[in-house]
Amino acid sequence: MSNLTENMTAEQMMINTFSDNFDAITSSDTQAITLLRQRAIESLKKNGLPDDDTENWRFTSLDPLFNTPFKFDFSNKSRPFDISKIFSCDIYDLDTFSITLLNGWYVYQNAPLTTLSNGTIIGSLSKAMEVYPELIDKYIGTLTDLEQPGLSALNTAFFQDGIFIYVPEGVEVEKPIQVINIIDSEDPVMVHARHLVIQEKNSKLTLVHCDHSLTHNISFTSSVTESFLEKRAHQEFYKIQNKGPNSAVINNAFFRQKHLSNLVTHALILNGGFTKNMVNVALQESQTKAELNGLYMVDSNQHVDNQIFVDHIAPECESEQLYKGILDDEATAVFSGKIMVRKEAQKTLAYQNNKNILLTDDAKANTQPQLEIYADDVKCSHGATVGQLDPEAMFYLRSRGLNPKTARQLLLYAFAREIVQRISIEPLRERIDHMIDKRLKGELSICDQCVLHCNSKEPTVFNIDVSKL
Amino acid sequence: MLSIKNLRVSIQDKIILKDFNLEVKQGEVHAIMGPNGTGKSTLASVIAGKDMFDVEEGEITFLGKDLLEMDPEIRAREGIFLGFQYPVEIPGVSMAVFLRTAINEKRKYHGLEPLSGAEFLKLMEKRKNLVEIHSKLTNRSVNEGFSGGEKKKNEIFQMAMLEPRLAILDETDSGLDIDALKVVAHGVNTLRKPENATIVITHYQRLLEYIIPDFVHVLFDGRIVKSGGKELAIELEEKGYDWVRKEAGIEETL
Repeated sequence: MSNLTENMTAEQMMINTFSDNFDAITSSDTQAITLLRQRAIESLKKNGLPDDDTENWRFTSLDPLFNTPFKFDFSNKSRPFDISKIFSCDIYDLDTFSITLLNGWYVYQNAPLTTLSNGTIIGSLSKAMEVYPELIDKYIGTLTDLEQPGLSALNTAFFQDGIFIYVPEGVEVEKPIQVINIIDSEDPVMVHARHLVIQEKNSKLTLVHCDHSLTHNISFTSSVTESFLEKRAHQEFYKIQNKGPNSAVINNAFFRQKHLSNLVTHALILNGGFTKNMVNVALQESQTKAELNGLYMVDSNQHVDNQIFVDHIAPECESEQLYKGILDDEATAVFSGKIMVRKEAQKTLAYQNNKNILLTDDAKANTQPQLEIYADDVKCSHGATVGQLDPEAMFYLRSRGLNPKTARQLLLYAFAREIVQRISIEPLRERIDHMIDKRLKGELSICDQCVLHCNSKEPTVFNIDVSKL
Repeated sequence: MLSIKNLRVSIQDKIILKDFNLEVKQGEVHAIMGPNGTGKSTLASVIAGKDMFDVEEGEITFLGKDLLEMDPEIRAREGIFLGFQYPVEIPGVSMAVFLRTAINEKRKYHGLEPLSGAEFLKLMEKRKNLVEIHSKLTNRSVNEGFSGGEKKKNEIFQMAMLEPRLAILDETDSGLDIDALKVVAHGVNTLRKPENATIVITHYQRLLEYIIPDFVHVLFDGRIVKSGGKELAIELEEKGYDWVRKEAGIEETL
């Protein structure tokens, strides 16, 4: 274990930590990855970490995070471990191929890499770097932009493990692959996880990422996912977050889509102290489709930031973004959604909508839709709302005898349902539906999913209190 | 049953209703007529409890209780129903959940057991037939995607489900074709009981051919300027509103 030292800039601390632990960090590297890390460190030296002046980071500050004396675990290896001892997903009828990351390290029951009968490979990225170095080198780091002050460079310098998925041509992976990201540590821990998903032509994959924390301690998780959808590939990607108030999560997902491929993403943030989800989609070839959905429900002083970039590079592509949020107490939310339509991307259809409901005067939502269009034959629209529940609807319901609390719950539930209905996995949809219902009634706790019985601590219940409306 | 005395109502300092008086007894049907902008819908909203209006003076009692002291949901549970001129679309809230909640909150208020799912569905089927709603309401959101006629039928359907003591129908006839109008009127007439009352707010006499009023009141400039029997509605249809305005000595305003 190594510690961040004080009285240095965050960049300097991270660069020193990298130098001090170079051998451990790079121990499983391919040659290309080590070179990639060195480029990342150069970028960190030159561009630093994002601050208030960085585009898309104006309302989300990393400073408080880096004041924490985080510890790292560089020497841990993906390991066999019976995860059911500390965690079990409680969606009983959700039939998935389930894999787990504990503090960023792949946890396995049998083997670090599994090959399904249809040829799909699922497992530890660190192991895949050893077994399939050429495949990894061909793809890794090709979607991230190391030249920007962002978390990509930091993640690239520090990642050691994560999830690797390869779906061969024509294979439809029947069961959803569920990735459970667990943080469990006595000390404040910083984790950098890296995921690589390669889908060949005509393949189909459903990926469910669940972020959980099993601790009340401070943690900082950065993850970068690079996902490649070849021609006619179809992917449905879920990110479900129900984290503790002391967890910070920064996810950076990159998707590259080829001709006629189809992507649907869902970001469902039910709790989390500090969350920033970045989704970057490159519609690189014609007639691709991307649908990006998001729902965030935050209270106390939680902060959630969704940053989207959809890049229409080729003609006749379609993208839609719908993000909705409910904010209570002093919670803050940021939405920055950018649609870029390049000159060649004629006949683009691109839509974006962000709707926020604030339950208190102290809750804040910053929404920044951005359209940059260089083609002339396109249909694009964007909209954003920040407000309260519709008073006309409230009166209509009350005039039929519903008490205001019930009326508000019905309306908030309906507001959230527009997103929930887009979840195509039925048991998951029902579960999320149920969790939202509980969340609106103030009954949802992160402890619901946890089998660690930390008796010393009071269960943390998050309460969106609708009576404040 | 409903007694309104010297009511004075304003919105943002603009007086909408003044010196307004009305007595409605059990079993009666009152029609309130008048041109646009004379305060008809304001009256309906104030009785139902919409809080955007300031009640500056006067009193409203319903079955002996002070209505103005009650929140809208309490008024509803006491037996007041407003059929909206513009029913609100509420995407995502299912008709069945909404109505079952409404009925059971009312039953709870009156110390009754809640309706079971089966009882509720049975009642719903029965009442749907009354207003000739053929679609499956259980999986539809409140008023969402309903045509103008369907929305008005849906108001009468909700009224049939909630069985109010006093129904106020605000321009229920507007935007209805003659067939839908007959369906709506049939629903209202079927639900009439000696212990209940109805206030029909309308611009035209047409609806009153099907829902026969006991009293017709003409609203002008925020107060009732003329009252009569059902024949007054026919006279208004023939002669328009101008003569009433002149008789009442009210200036023509643009």
